[in-house]
Amino acid sequence: MTVQESIHNVNRDYVERYGFADPEQLEGRAPKGLNRETVEAISRAKNEPEWMRSFRLRAYEAYEKKPMPKWGNQGVLTNIDFDDIYYYVKPSDQQERDWADVPENIKKTFDRLGIPEAEKKFLAGVSAQYDSEVVYHSMKEELESQGVVFMDMDSGVREHSEIVKKYFASVIPPTDNKFAALNSAVWSGGSFIYVPPHTTVDIPLQAYFRINAKNMGQFERTLIIADEGSSVHYIEGCTAPVYTTDSLHAAVVELIALKDAKIRYSTIQNWSNNVLNLVTKRAVAHEGASVEWVDGNIGSKLTMKYPCVILKGERAHGEVLSVAFAQDGQHQDTGAKMIHTAPNTTSRVVSKSISKGKGRASYRGLVRVNPGAVGCRTDVTCDALLLDDASRTDTYPTMEILQQDAQVEHEARVSKLADEQLFYLESRGIAPEQAKLMIVNGFFEPFTKELPMEYAIELNRLIALEMEGSIG
Amino acid sequence: MTAVKQPIFLCENVKIGTEDKSIVRGVDLTVYPGEIHALMGPNGSGKSTFASGLMGHPAMNLEGHIYLNGEALEDMPTHERAKRGLFLGFQYPVAIPGVTVASFLRAALAAVRGETPNVFEFRRQLEETFAQLGVPWAFADRYLNDGFSGGEKKRLEILQMALLKPKFIILDEIDSGLDVDALKVVSRGIHSAAEQGAGVLMVTHYQRLLDLVTPTRVHYFMEGRIAFEGGVETVKELEANGYDWLRDKLVTPEKGART
Repeated sequence: MTVQESIHNVNRDYVERYGFADPEQLEGRAPKGLNRETVEAISRAKNEPEWMRSFRLRAYEAYEKKPMPKWGNQGVLTNIDFDDIYYYVKPSDQQERDWADVPENIKKTFDRLGIPEAEKKFLAGVSAQYDSEVVYHSMKEELESQGVVFMDMDSGVREHSEIVKKYFASVIPPTDNKFAALNSAVWSGGSFIYVPPHTTVDIPLQAYFRINAKNMGQFERTLIIADEGSSVHYIEGCTAPVYTTDSLHAAVVELIALKDAKIRYSTIQNWSNNVLNLVTKRAVAHEGASVEWVDGNIGSKLTMKYPCVILKGERAHGEVLSVAFAQDGQHQDTGAKMIHTAPNTTSRVVSKSISKGKGRASYRGLVRVNPGAVGCRTDVTCDALLLDDASRTDTYPTMEILQQDAQVEHEARVSKLADEQLFYLESRGIAPEQAKLMIVNGFFEPFTKELPMEYAIELNRLIALEMEGSIG
Repeated sequence: MTAVKQPIFLCENVKIGTEDKSIVRGVDLTVYPGEIHALMGPNGSGKSTFASGLMGHPAMNLEGHIYLNGEALEDMPTHERAKRGLFLGFQYPVAIPGVTVASFLRAALAAVRGETPNVFEFRRQLEETFAQLGVPWAFADRYLNDGFSGGEKKRLEILQMALLKPKFIILDEIDSGLDVDALKVVSRGIHSAAEQGAGVLMVTHYQRLLDLVTPTRVHYFMEGRIAFEGGVETVKELEANGYDWLRDKLVTPEKGART
């Protein structure tokens, strides 16, 4: 079976499971392919200030010059046809705040994702990106009264230009890597959050988004600034509908945790199996600040994502807790980066992966302790579970420890789904498929328990779907 | 006795082996409801293989016939045997991280009963069983056998037995590594199951469990066969003479002999 065929088959399966895709109702779409004019057109369509326009153009130049990353899945990366991608799609003319005003077909799609239900229970604000524009965006009054800003990035540029100008691309410059450069040139949508000093946002802020246009690249851009002593939890979850050609998702997420601030960023991604998910996520933690990435990767054809925390201020703390599930035809190349540049900073990485069938999960990580960063501690644990003989896992840990007194712990484990565990559960009457699912859910439990219940249930449901038919 | 009793469990010429090795080499066993049988024998005589083979361990092939309440089990997968009422208490219960005891018990109960137990009823039943067996309620939220002491694991095995109410119970060295208190809990559990009509087969090394649970019959395993069987008094003979006494019996097998 060729790669193309296998992807096609996977998609057919995906249609049966989740299959829903609205007919595109696009009111504006840039032609396929990317050039200077497209970048200018995007900026014009958004009515952007001059600084953003020239930022995009500089980024476009960087994108042209930057080579492809030399790591990850070269077979897939070198075959991306950048001329066969739409770089800008606009689904409806304006932003909606009231659910009642959201167009009917878009609503239907969100219904399938359970968004209105979710909102009733948990949501403080919903920012649901449909294609490239945010069409629905609500925020509870209490948040507004706290001075918390939670809006789509496009509005952020217009309405909070001072603060956006100060922090935008300050953590991830366009020259960082080819996909960050591409995102910087053509970005659209994403979330902008600013939390004022000493403000605690009690309820997680949530955004749902998905790709819903054939061959459309989604380049959302998220910027979160937690001012001194503040605290915020942001959650994003994705399901993508089905397409037969590769869809490129190249997001950029920047987090800035100022002195003593706390940011947690949770993601569950369930891209359909033809999506290339090439995301740059990086945070800066200032003195006494704490940043946690909680990152779940299911689906996609290839994911390359290594959430990073730069521990810039003394006593800053960084954490990455991630899980990946790699199926047939999927490669999850994920990991974490912890850069200790200040004394007495601490970091922890827990990475768990499951490979099923011919799926491949790789851990790629970097821990760096700079000279002078005394009293640092870091702890990295990689835990891989192989479900089948054909499954594959690799670990590529890099440690650059340039300060002698650093305490560094690294542990990597690979295990196969144990027959003895299955036998034990089956001896209590539990059927083999259910037994396997229980073990797998248990393996992910340290991750799942960090999620709000609704997301935990969704994750378990997704894993159940992924596991279906895994026993002949 | 007047009415013809129906055995709860019956083995006919059971042979169990791995791909390249035969371990259990022809065992006949008949257990009636409410009976407690003990299976003793030296290390490596095939007792544990017998126990897990009956349960359908995937690494083992079983020949011959096993009947539970008259129904043949040998062609059924493990979980179907369990649903018919077969239970194996493990010598070394395996840890399953991330799966709580409560969720596991709920899944097992649902499987064995064929329907998901009502949340409140389940909770009440669980609390009751925990209390009966002196298991702290905090266990419900712990991960299954993960970081449990030997005694805690064994208590949990007995707790599962009490909750699932199986018809035939195989306990593989349930007494090893237990303190006196835990041993009492275990023996209470066994008695109670037998009183409710279950058949029990206890695989054991030690006399001390037999001091608390008096077996109906004792079977002595040697080289994959029941070399000898008798009443509870034969255990004293074993105590006095060790397994050499048994080896002598094996040389001149006296099937069904009694002392």
